[in-house]
Amino acid sequence: MKYSLFQNITILFSGLIVLFIIAPLFSMFIQTGKSEFLEIIVDEDVLNSIWLTLSTAFMTTIIFAFLSIPFAYLMARNDFPFKGVLQGIIDLPVVIPHSAAGIALLGFVSRDSALGKFANIFGLDFIGSSLGIGIAMAFVSLPFFVNAARDGFYNVPRRLEQAAYTLGASPFRTFITISLPLAWRNILSGFIMMFARGMSEFGAVVIVAYHPMITPVLIYEYFGAFGLKYARPVSVIFVTISLLVFIILRSLSKDRDIVRA
Amino acid sequence: MLELKNISKKYKQFSLKEINLRVENGDYFVLLGNSGSGKSLLLELIAGLIQPKEGEIYLNGDNLTKKPIQKRQIGLVFQDFALFPHKTVQENILYALNVSGEGNTEKKAKLNDIAVRMNIQHLLNRMPGTLSGGESQRVALARTLVKKPKVLLLDEPLSSLDVQLRSGLRALLKEINKKGQTIIHVTHDYDEAIALGKKVAVIDDGKIIQSGTIQSVFKNPESEFVANFVGMKNFFKSILYQNKERTFAKVNGETEICLLSDDEEGEGYVMIRDEDILIYDKRPESSAMNNFEGIVKEAIPARLGMEVAIQASLLFFVLITHESYERMELEQGKKVWISFKASAVRFLKT
Repeated sequence: MKYSLFQNITILFSGLIVLFIIAPLFSMFIQTGKSEFLEIIVDEDVLNSIWLTLSTAFMTTIIFAFLSIPFAYLMARNDFPFKGVLQGIIDLPVVIPHSAAGIALLGFVSRDSALGKFANIFGLDFIGSSLGIGIAMAFVSLPFFVNAARDGFYNVPRRLEQAAYTLGASPFRTFITISLPLAWRNILSGFIMMFARGMSEFGAVVIVAYHPMITPVLIYEYFGAFGLKYARPVSVIFVTISLLVFIILRSLSKDRDIVRA
Repeated sequence: MLELKNISKKYKQFSLKEINLRVENGDYFVLLGNSGSGKSLLLELIAGLIQPKEGEIYLNGDNLTKKPIQKRQIGLVFQDFALFPHKTVQENILYALNVSGEGNTEKKAKLNDIAVRMNIQHLLNRMPGTLSGGESQRVALARTLVKKPKVLLLDEPLSSLDVQLRSGLRALLKEINKKGQTIIHVTHDYDEAIALGKKVAVIDDGKIIQSGTIQSVFKNPESEFVANFVGMKNFFKSILYQNKERTFAKVNGETEICLLSDDEEGEGYVMIRDEDILIYDKRPESSAMNNFEGIVKEAIPARLGMEVAIQASLLFFVLITHESYERMELEQGKKVWISFKASAVRFLKT
C-alpha cells in the first residue's frame, strides 16, 4: 500500500510522540542492573513506602469518590446560577502548581489551624501522617473523579429515570438502581484516574507530609542522598507496580461493561 | 374518570393553554395533533413528570395535581420505550413490583400472567438492546401494565414500528382496552385515531380545538385546522363483507359501497375524498363501481372550488371547480348521479 505524504508525516509524528513517552521509561528499565534491583527489592523502606502509597491512595480514592458522587450527580442533572463558576472551582487543583496546592493545604490543616486543632481533640494529626498524605492526594486528584462521574450521569438518559418514577420508584431508589449502574463505567474509570493521579503525587504531598515517605518522595530522597544509581531501581519497581495496578483496574472496568440500548 | 380542568403550562418552546378534558373510565381516548402541538407535554403533565402552572387534574374525584408521580397510579409508555438497558426483560417487568414490595410468589404469578398476555414469554431473559422495535414495545407495555395502572398513557406507540407490526400492536392495544383499561393515546396519525379511538381530541398550538367521538370530529370538523388535519366529510361507519369475490362496505344497513380491501370482514369506517367523486347529469357509463342517484342539497364555496352536498341514500360531499359548477347548473334540488371508483374508497377497520 502506498501512503501519501500527509499520511507519512502523520505516522512519523505519531511515532515520535509515542517514543517520547516510551524511551525514557524503557532506558530506565534497561539501565537498571540486576544486582541493584535485587538489593532494592528487599529494602524494607522501599517496600513500606510502596505499601503506604498504594494503600493511602486507594483509601483516599474510595472515601472521596463516595463523598463526591452526589455532587457529580447534582452537576450532571441540574442547572443553577454560577454552575460554570462551580465547575471552574472543581478544575482548579488541575491547573495550579502542586507545590502551591501543598502550601495552601499546609496552612489549612496545620496544627495551628482550626481544622488542625479540631483534629487534635481526637488525637489526630494531619502533618507528617498518612492522613495528611491522603488529604494532599485527594486535593490534586479529585477533579478526575468528579468530572468522569459527572459525564457518566450526564449520559444516562433522563427518560430512564422518569420511567422509574412512573413505575413507582422513589428518587433515591431510582438513583441506586438506574442512574448509578448506568453511570458505573465512567465512575470506575474516574476512580482509576483519581487513584493513579493520587499515588503518583509528589509536589503537594512532600510539603504536607515528608514523612512517612510515599514512594515518589522516597525516590526524590534517594536521588538527593545517593544519586541516580539508587533512585533508579526504586523508580523501576514503582512504575512496574503502578502499571500492573492500572492494567488490573482497567480490565475490571471492562468486565463491568453493560449492554447499552 | 380522568378530568383536566383549565390546565396551562409553558415548558421550553411548548405551551398548553386552558386544557379541559374528560376521559371516562374504560375509554380509548386519542389525542391527535402535529408534532410541536403540545400533546406529549400534556401526557407528561398527566403522568406528573412536570407540574402545571395553572389548573387541576382529577382521577376518580381524587386531586392528582400535587401528588408525586409515584403515587398517581398512572402508567406511561414512552415513545422510545425507555427500557432499562442494564436489566433483562424480566428484571424490567419486575422493577415495578419490587418497588411495591410484593411477595415472591405473587410477583412470579403477575410476571407470568403479563408475559402471556403480551406474548413475550420467550423474551424474559433477553437484554433490551437485543430486542426489535415491536418486542420492545410489548415489553414496555408489560412493564407498565403489570402495576395495573388506572390510566395507561401511550406516547406515539406505533410510530417507531414497521407497518407490518402495527396491525398486531393495534389489536393488542384494543384487547387491553376491551378488558377495561382506560387508555390515552397520543399520535399525529389519524389512521391510528380512527382504528383505535372511541373518542378523540384534536390539539394544536397547545389548545384543544375539538373533541368528541371519532365520527363527530372527523365528519363535522368545527374549524379549518381540524378540517385540514382530519376532515373527511365522506366518512361513514360501516360493515365490511365479501360477496361473490368482491368487497363491500354496508353503511346504515342499506347502502353498499364497493371497494378494494384485504381486511377481514367486520366493522370500520369508509372514507372517500370529496375530490375523488364525479358528478354526472345521467347514469354514467364507466368502469366506476359506485354510482348513486341523488339531488343537490346545497353548494358551498370552498377554499378551492365548490363543495356540493348531494343527498343520495347517504349525504355525499363533492369538490368541483367553479367552472364545472356553473356549466352543470347544479342548483338546489337538481337530480344528478355521482360516481367513484372502488379504488378511491378507503376502509379502516376498528
